[in-house]
Amino acid sequence: MNLQLKVRKTLHTASGIQLLDVNFQLEKGSLLALYGPSGAGKTTILRILAGLTDADTGFISVDNEVWLDTTHNTRLPTRSRSIGFVFQDFALFPHMTVRQQLEFALPATADRQTIDELLEMMELQELQHRKPTLLSGGQQQRTALARAIARRPALLLLDEPLSAVDDEMRFKLQDFIGKAHRSYGLTTILVSHYLPEIFRLSDEVIVLENGRIQKQGPPTRVFLEEKISSKFRTTGEIVDIQPADIVYIVSILSANSIVKVIATATERTGLHIGQKVMIASKAFNPIIIPIS
Amino acid sequence: MIDWQPLWLSLRLAVLTTAILLLLGIPLARWLATRRRTWKAVIEAVVSLPMVLPPSVLGFYLLLAFSPAAGPGRLLDHWLNIRLVFTFPGLVVASVIYSLPFMVNPLLAGFRNLPPHLHEASRTLGKSDWTTLIHILLPNLRPALTTGAVLSFAHTIGEFGVVMMIGGSIPGVTRVASVAIYDEVQSTHYAEANHYALVLLALSFSILLLVYLINHRHNRSPL
Repeated sequence: MNLQLKVRKTLHTASGIQLLDVNFQLEKGSLLALYGPSGAGKTTILRILAGLTDADTGFISVDNEVWLDTTHNTRLPTRSRSIGFVFQDFALFPHMTVRQQLEFALPATADRQTIDELLEMMELQELQHRKPTLLSGGQQQRTALARAIARRPALLLLDEPLSAVDDEMRFKLQDFIGKAHRSYGLTTILVSHYLPEIFRLSDEVIVLENGRIQKQGPPTRVFLEEKISSKFRTTGEIVDIQPADIVYIVSILSANSIVKVIATATERTGLHIGQKVMIASKAFNPIIIPIS
Repeated sequence: MIDWQPLWLSLRLAVLTTAILLLLGIPLARWLATRRRTWKAVIEAVVSLPMVLPPSVLGFYLLLAFSPAAGPGRLLDHWLNIRLVFTFPGLVVASVIYSLPFMVNPLLAGFRNLPPHLHEASRTLGKSDWTTLIHILLPNLRPALTTGAVLSFAHTIGEFGVVMMIGGSIPGVTRVASVAIYDEVQSTHYAEANHYALVLLALSFSILLLVYLINHRHNRSPL
């Protein structure tokens, strides 16, 4: 087992005090997605793993190295943990060019060649002498990703890295994350509330709610009810519900396109705008099944 | 012929004070900026006190404190053989205290305005606090550092009350330009007073102009 985590922490959220109490293990080389409503404790788990936030009690070990053990008063400082962290706002250093950010991140003993390799992998060669203010959101994200993996961390932590980019860019950036994860053999934890992303990238997903793990497993098992046999299925978010005669037309944003599906009045009662749903088709009209 | 010594003394005092304040102000501001605690407000208030206190009040208490007759001054005199009243080192110490808020406050605001993730990002890259300070935080504090250094320098050049109280007017030792002007006016040597005043005026204006030019360039180009 590569990663073991068992932590408890009292969280002060907008909706009051809440206990974060999670316990999971992760195989080396896998990509885990943390999914759940905001305030569920996803980001806190990443920050505790990175040592940026303290847990009340807990134990963390990665590759048999203990990072945190509150019973023995062990707490490895952030800088001694082999991690890469991509912040939601990327946290690029404003005064450094793309190349300088990677040079700063690279340990002194590492091969300088790595920088060119990373620039090429993330398609940043043309931009390597630019500072962050002259980069687009997607370019900044790639720079942050390259910087985080420059030191070949044991654990890559991504805090909703794709929330600041548009859908088209998001799709492309998912490829970059997948590519980096595979070619560097990383163990990755990704915070995301975007289902298509989780389905595309992760081997395993943990659904967090109110600080506790609700479900855990491969995304297909966690999100899709196996009892529905279907020919076609996809996930999306309801953006509109319009009455039409005796039925309702539900518009669902799936990937980059809007799918319109007819729902009966009974089906419509369980649906609301903003809801995440699965669309599955058995024979003719697709049926809509809520998944959150 | 104008006697350049007071001006030279003012310049030396200001350069030394600014240098000491940079070394002292950066860690102090960093420490004050990190975690807010109630008692840190007390430290902040003490640091800012010289901004509102009449210089003569500060000078008076420093004179008492530095006096070799009693208190800390006596300890310094007795154990380290350092005397701070009516000496140049005394002026430097007094100036550092007097100009402390002009260095610490811009730096404190600068540290507080830095995005919090900057420091955290550097830590996740395996960097120590020292490396982070030198390579990440300070380069992003350039405007605050410039402001702090210039304000401290200008404030030290312009100080009068504290210098008078603690240094007096010993030529070549504590008779800085601002005191020299006062002395010349007292002796109705208006022409000499004017020489010093003009030089100080030109110096102050040039420094400010330089700062604004640098800041303009800094703001215009994101590079």
